[in-house]
Amino acid sequence: MIHETSLMAVLIFLFFAGSVIGISFYLGRRAKSASGYFAAGGGIHWAVNGIAFAGDYLSAASFLGICGMIAFYGYDGFLYSIGYLAGWIVALFIVAEPLKRLGRFTFADALDNKFNSRGIKLAAAISTLVVSCFYLIPQMVGAGALVQPLLGFPHYVGVIVVGAIVTLIVTTAGMVSTTWVQFIKGSLLVVLCAIITVLLLMRGITTKPTDNAGNPRHIAARNVTELPGTLLPESAAWTGQPYVHVKNAGGIVTVWRKEANGTFSETQTLAVQPDGKKFVNGLPRGKKAGEADLDPVGYVSQLPGNVEKTGSVSPFGFIKTMQDSEVILWGNEKITDADGTVTTVYFQKPTKGKDFMAPGSSPTFKKVRSEKFIDKLDFLSLMLALFCGTASLPHILIRYYTVKDQISARKSTVVGIAVIGFFYVLTLYLGLGAMTSGALDVTDSNMSAPLLARSINEFLFAVISAVAFTTVLGTVSGLIMAASGAVAHDLMTNFFKIEMDDFAKVRAAKIAALCVGVIAIILGILFSKMNVNFLVGWAFNIAASANLPALLMLLFWKRTTKQGITAAIIVGMVSSLGWILLSAQAYKDVYGLDPARAIVPFSQPAIVTIPLGFLVLIIVSLLTPRPTEKPAAAS
Amino acid sequence: MANLDFKTPLAREQEDAAVVAHNSRMGVILFIVYVIFYGGFMALSAFSPDTMSQPFLSGVNLAVVYGFALIVAALVLALIYMKVCRKSAK
Repeated sequence: MIHETSLMAVLIFLFFAGSVIGISFYLGRRAKSASGYFAAGGGIHWAVNGIAFAGDYLSAASFLGICGMIAFYGYDGFLYSIGYLAGWIVALFIVAEPLKRLGRFTFADALDNKFNSRGIKLAAAISTLVVSCFYLIPQMVGAGALVQPLLGFPHYVGVIVVGAIVTLIVTTAGMVSTTWVQFIKGSLLVVLCAIITVLLLMRGITTKPTDNAGNPRHIAARNVTELPGTLLPESAAWTGQPYVHVKNAGGIVTVWRKEANGTFSETQTLAVQPDGKKFVNGLPRGKKAGEADLDPVGYVSQLPGNVEKTGSVSPFGFIKTMQDSEVILWGNEKITDADGTVTTVYFQKPTKGKDFMAPGSSPTFKKVRSEKFIDKLDFLSLMLALFCGTASLPHILIRYYTVKDQISARKSTVVGIAVIGFFYVLTLYLGLGAMTSGALDVTDSNMSAPLLARSINEFLFAVISAVAFTTVLGTVSGLIMAASGAVAHDLMTNFFKIEMDDFAKVRAAKIAALCVGVIAIILGILFSKMNVNFLVGWAFNIAASANLPALLMLLFWKRTTKQGITAAIIVGMVSSLGWILLSAQAYKDVYGLDPARAIVPFSQPAIVTIPLGFLVLIIVSLLTPRPTEKPAAAS
Repeated sequence: MANLDFKTPLAREQEDAAVVAHNSRMGVILFIVYVIFYGGFMALSAFSPDTMSQPFLSGVNLAVVYGFALIVAALVLALIYMKVCRKSAK
């Protein structure tokens, strides 16, 4: 779908980005010491920090990815919401207080507090860098996807713009401005999503959606018996496929899908010729006369009681209505002709609410409906990774050091859970609202939430897009902070024992932030075709496998030794990373190989690699001498 | 600032060992409660997806009700935890 660039969106975006940079310059002048740079001097108010937690956590993947997944497939996207939130329970009940008690600036500090071991410092710093980079990739990819329709830039420009702004924010001020950026964007995102949800419930659901100017959307024809033109003979690549080519009176060739009952349904096609020329539904792609573009999709084909619209509905009424309706979802299939033209056929999939409102509705999770036990492991493993991953994410962990004491750490986590939980409830409404708004881009699920806002009005679209963009800025700056802390503090100061005064340390961190920023830009461009939400799932897998066993055992098992911790981090990180790189999903999406040849049986490693981390820690600890209590740790 | 030098020992919060033990015990108990609740959701979704699509509360199916309940339960348990945690005497 070609999106029209909106001047209002551009202006609002510039306003947001400008304000954020202004705030960070202003606050940056107040943070000159190492403690001020890395941990905001421990002086952030708990309520602000709590909302900043939400800002840190509600990344581009949370907002764009989950809403998109719900809009395209239904309930399965909501599973991510549930898992992402449940992870906070581990953070609050198990990790928050001991970590605050142990640590100083970084995750490695906390792990190393008891032992003062260079091995732990190195392992923890590397794991922080790996997890942060894995988490950075989807954010950068999301940023590129967002500016493309919003500002009309190509993907790589979006990635570079985000990278440059964020690096500027981080290198100017560190944790104070990062916290305030998170706070502003966290509150804006949640308030705006609540407003959209209320407007959505007031609008209700209709089988005849309109755009925001009141013009009716095109409803694709279904189950027709008479084709609108002459049937063309099939070329080799299309033989045996459930499609026919039809030439109308004007000579335009369209593709129709053969249904099981002998009727035909309209499809949309996007054909890309070897020379790069694109054709939509038989016409050159474009907005001018004689050109065509893919139609926006997503509408209810049948409401309960066969009414045309529901009028305003209650929150529960909305869900119930969706369960009892039938919605046109869209599938797609790629067919390559002998001349190298690749045609993507987007076809209608009428789906009952009963089917898309329960687990197993998407390609990612459809195996939970299979009978085989091994098929279900992928789902169980991902849910485990989401649950365990949150408390192991370095950029979330460092936020515990920005408040003054443990009571504040506890309070800010509770505020964080309340805000994030409320937001995740809203994702179900936003996703289902987008599914039925008649505004979806059939080629890009990531744009579903902003397009839902556009179906209500342009202003809301401009604001939500700008906020989504600041969401990316916020999350990326938090990640770069964590990574630069790992380099300057854990690696340079503590591992390589480079003597640096306070000023030099902050300068080293800023140089590190700049380097990580550049790496993030490059990775964001390289991985532009990857599925955003899937990459985040992988980051959670690695974080949980590498960090959680070490963190938990250190807190709860006195026999834990420094060798045990180092081994657990390294084994957890290497095994989960290796598993991911050898999985069917990586074969398919990264290397372009046949996924059936993948070595590991399922794509999400957590269910194997988390227990492996615990096992390695226990065995290595038992094989090495019992740790001696240091007086400092005992106090 | 006092803690500019990374090598100087950090001024720690004064803590009562009994309070720390009490708080972490409460944390573990509440954590186990939530793990059971979350585990039930995972098990039902994986091994009985049909149960999840049955209407459960005013026509809304179990999958949605259980999902919302997991989110609300997280907040409720977090508030309970705040209430039961003790403060160290200064």
